[in-house]
Amino acid sequence: MERLGNGPKAGIEAGRLTAADYEANFADLHPRLDRHEALVESDRCYFCYDAPCMTACPTSIDIPLFIRQIQTGNPLGSAKTIFDQNILGGMCARVCPTETLCEQACVRNTAEDKPVEIGKLQRYSTDIAMEQGRQFYSRKAPTGKTIAVVGAGPAGLAAAHRLAMHGHSVVVLEAREKAGGLNEYGIATYKAVDDFAAREVDYVTAIGGIEIRNGQALGRDFSLSDLTAQYDAVFLGMGLAGVNGLGIEGEALTGVEDAVDFIAALRQAKDKSVLPIGRRVVVLGGGMTAIDAAIQSKLLGAEEVTICYRRGKENMNASPYEQDLATANGVIIRHWLAPKSIIGKDGTVAGIEVEYTAIRDGRLIGTGETGVIAADQIFKAIGQTFSASGLGALQFEKGKIVVDAEGRTSIEGVWAGGDCIGTGEDLTVSAVAQGRDAAESIAKALAAAAQPATAVA
Amino acid sequence: MADIRNNFVGIKSPNPFWLASAPPTDKAYNVERAFKAGWGGVVWKTLGEEGPPVVNVNGPRYGAIWGADRRLLGLNNIELITDRDLYTNLREMKEVKKNWPDRAIVASIMVPCEEQAWKAILPLVEETEVDGIELNFGCPHGMSERGMGSAVGQVPEYIEMVVRWCKQYTRMPVITKLTPNITDIRHPARAAKRGGTDAVSLINTISSIVSVDLDTFSPNPSVGGKGSHGGYCGPAVKPIALNMVAEIARDPETYGLPISGIGGITTWRDAAEFLALGAGNVQVCTAAMTYGFKIVQEMITGLSDWMDEKGHRSLDDVICRAVPNVTDWQYLNLNYIAKAHIDQDACIKCGRCHIACEDTSHQAITSMVDGVRHFEVMEEECVGCNLCVNVCPVENCITMEALPAGELDKRTGKVVDPTYANWTQHPNNPMARQAAE
Ligand SMILES: Cc1cc2nc3c(=O)[nH]c(=O)nc-3n(C[C@H](O)[C@H](O)[C@H](O)COP(=O)(O)OP(=O)(O)OC[C@H]3O[C@@H](n4cnc5c(N)ncnc54)[C@H](O)[C@@H]3O)c2cc1C
Ligand SMILES: Cc1cc2nc3c(=O)[nH]c(=O)nc-3n(C[C@H](O)[C@H](O)[C@H](O)COP(=O)(O)O)c2cc1C
Ligand code: SF4
Ligand code: SF4
Ligand code: SF4
Repeated sequence: MERLGNGPKAGIEAGRLTAADYEANFADLHPRLDRHEALVESDRCYFCYDAPCMTACPTSIDIPLFIRQIQTGNPLGSAKTIFDQNILGGMCARVCPTETLCEQACVRNTAEDKPVEIGKLQRYSTDIAMEQGRQFYSRKAPTGKTIAVVGAGPAGLAAAHRLAMHGHSVVVLEAREKAGGLNEYGIATYKAVDDFAAREVDYVTAIGGIEIRNGQALGRDFSLSDLTAQYDAVFLGMGLAGVNGLGIEGEALTGVEDAVDFIAALRQAKDKSVLPIGRRVVVLGGGMTAIDAAIQSKLLGAEEVTICYRRGKENMNASPYEQDLATANGVIIRHWLAPKSIIGKDGTVAGIEVEYTAIRDGRLIGTGETGVIAADQIFKAIGQTFSASGLGALQFEKGKIVVDAEGRTSIEGVWAGGDCIGTGEDLTVSAVAQGRDAAESIAKALAAAAQPATAVA
Repeated sequence: MADIRNNFVGIKSPNPFWLASAPPTDKAYNVERAFKAGWGGVVWKTLGEEGPPVVNVNGPRYGAIWGADRRLLGLNNIELITDRDLYTNLREMKEVKKNWPDRAIVASIMVPCEEQAWKAILPLVEETEVDGIELNFGCPHGMSERGMGSAVGQVPEYIEMVVRWCKQYTRMPVITKLTPNITDIRHPARAAKRGGTDAVSLINTISSIVSVDLDTFSPNPSVGGKGSHGGYCGPAVKPIALNMVAEIARDPETYGLPISGIGGITTWRDAAEFLALGAGNVQVCTAAMTYGFKIVQEMITGLSDWMDEKGHRSLDDVICRAVPNVTDWQYLNLNYIAKAHIDQDACIKCGRCHIACEDTSHQAITSMVDGVRHFEVMEEECVGCNLCVNVCPVENCITMEALPAGELDKRTGKVVDPTYANWTQHPNNPMARQAAE
């Protein structure tokens, strides 16, 4: 493409932008509302009866109440209302796809197509409480019980906090170097700036009684039966550590990467200018990971970023808001295209051959028509899978842990929640709800076991 | 085009919108700007006796309450009458009147309750050739501690006496401005009439403490840590003012006495309501202090467009039109039955009607029907109280529908009676008068 003259460098290169560009590109997506903005917005809430927004929130935060507390000048009371249901309310305020959760249900959507900005208000009060280091909970008298939590992601942290509140001791076993799970390694950079994930972990564990042991992987360093033998109960919140492969020719070429690895590296890099990015990037997939990888590729200075998704717009897991955010950042989203093979040149990626798809008789098929998209880098974002070993007889269905309504697995004394369970929704907020509820179930079970059995007539 | 020219006790103005005696009318500069913006008249900021002028506090003099989005709903002030020299005011009044002959200028006056004081000031005002005088018997703060303002307005005998002096010493029309800080507004109005007043104007401000600073425990506005009650005005006082105007308009003793309506008027609609309840024109203060003089343009166009739409040709077609419909509770028709009705297409399902009726009224609105969030009035429980209409955030979503005569009222199981029957005739009333048969 000589006609572009001194255009961007071909291939995968770091330092495509100026320092100022990097800073602007990875700044806070939605800066916190100031007091005036929060008051104006909170005034819009109708304080609904049996509020639909609250029903739509997976953690059932009392939204009308916390908004009214902002409006009456009580942001700390508001933060407590939020944390009562969701101790990771700060992160959820930043990452929840509110447009498909609480804000979609808000009656002001029906009224004037403009919901109350619940997410932004939630961030307003939780930020104030966290900045002031306000802790609202203290531990009950120690029970002498210790519970093992595997995975320090949203599910594990929510479970640990709730268990600590009940007076239990908690040991969190985390495979990675840092706690936080995908909050630390997955969420888009511009949604959780200023090391928020790490600060939140500190805020949650400040209640006491929670010990996080990093570099401890289930299946490598210990097995599930070790844990059941050693601890009074176990909570599994390992998320989905594996990734799906494409199974097509050229997958091993240099320049073909898992989107989650790319994002994890991005999240950990203090200086974004050291991160190499292709001039032309293709992202395969249709979920939040695909969108985040695509947008952040663009923000790192890629000239052309294309998402290829094998189904239609309406099938994409990423919400319309996320899709719009991508296109607003210059990402091209192409639907009904499936990867066929990756084309290489000298061992590195040169492009991708795609096949058009369609639905025939309710099934997705390739139409036979193909095309090539030039690319120096390809990110795979076609789903994560459960990957862990040492789980003994633990029961799975469709590759995920089977649990009942309270989060109990098939093994007595073992609970699970978050992305690793069958009912996981790949949402931070759902992982929090499941961790919290499993903790309540564990506390109840331990309390019942501690009582001498009495006949109830 | 509707004719909105106003003739109030012989004082003519191009429209019925006057600025009330207050900061907006304190000097020539403001009044000239007001006239340029289109105001029909002004009542000049209250003049005091000759001599050293009064002094105001040098700290805050206003406090307020706000509604959603910090919309100012009520204003409170501890300001006194004009703090400028009497002769400066008189000179400016004369000049402005000369420049704006088609606009109304009325001088508001407050001097001690002594015949000599009134006798002295009236010729000075007359000399300015303004159109009339308004007697300020209203200020509830500051001046009242010195035996003026509402201290006079609260004693009907004083009102009558001062009005009589004024009628004796000037040929100018006299408007008596009443304080609402009394138990029954009809008494001061009657007294003013007995004294020979040409008109009354009302309301002045209502004694109030608008808020307390919870850090310093000082009432607001706080002058160095202390506060004093002030006078309350703005949209929040409109209902009180409307009632007082109506009471005077329908009182047989003051029937026909011209009234200048004041209190919370912010839009053309507010003004039209005052006119309908018996006001011959209106005066505005807080709305101008909140939004500036330009609001009069909305008032003028709004009033005249509405009159055109309804076929009212002049203000006389509107003034007093609602007065015959104001009655005592005992004469309300107890056979009139209405039920709330929810327009399901307009309903946004906030549930406020349900919880209001459920917790505090008659448990007459559903919240869930067949497992679906659904708000509907159960006619067999609804007493037609209108609470749900008032709490619903969507206008006209809930309406009160009258049951036609002959229809069954599902709550009482009785058929709606077409005849009129009120409490004075009701069997449960021990004092019931038997219908003459
Ligand atoms: C790129 C990306 C973007 C996303 N964006 C959003 C978003 O904007 N909004 C949203 O709501 N959701 C988003 N999600 C989904 C969300 O991050 C997850 O649903 C959520 O983090 C699940 O929490 P979890 O605790 O179940 O798992 P995780 O967050 O995955 O945490 C699991 C933890 O367990 C540890 N672990 C794994 N295996 C082992 C083992 N064998 N032994 C010990 N520890 C182990 C992991 O290291 C990790 O710390 C996104 C996901 C991705 C991948
Ligand atoms: C700051 C302020 C000063 C006032 N000063 C006077 C006054 O000097 N003389 C007077 O008759 N009324 C005075 N008033 C009362 C107003 O003229 C008017 O009666 C009252 O504010 C109600 O009208 P509104 O609701 O439109 O403001 C004053 C009101 C305010 C807010
Ligand atoms: S649905 Fe909307 S208006 Fe109603 S309580 Fe929730 S945020 Fe407030
Ligand atoms: S009118 Fe009163 S009783 Fe009837 S539904 Fe409404 S609130 Fe309930
Ligand atoms: S208050 Fe109005 S909008 Fe809300 S549920 Fe009731 S009828 Fe519907």
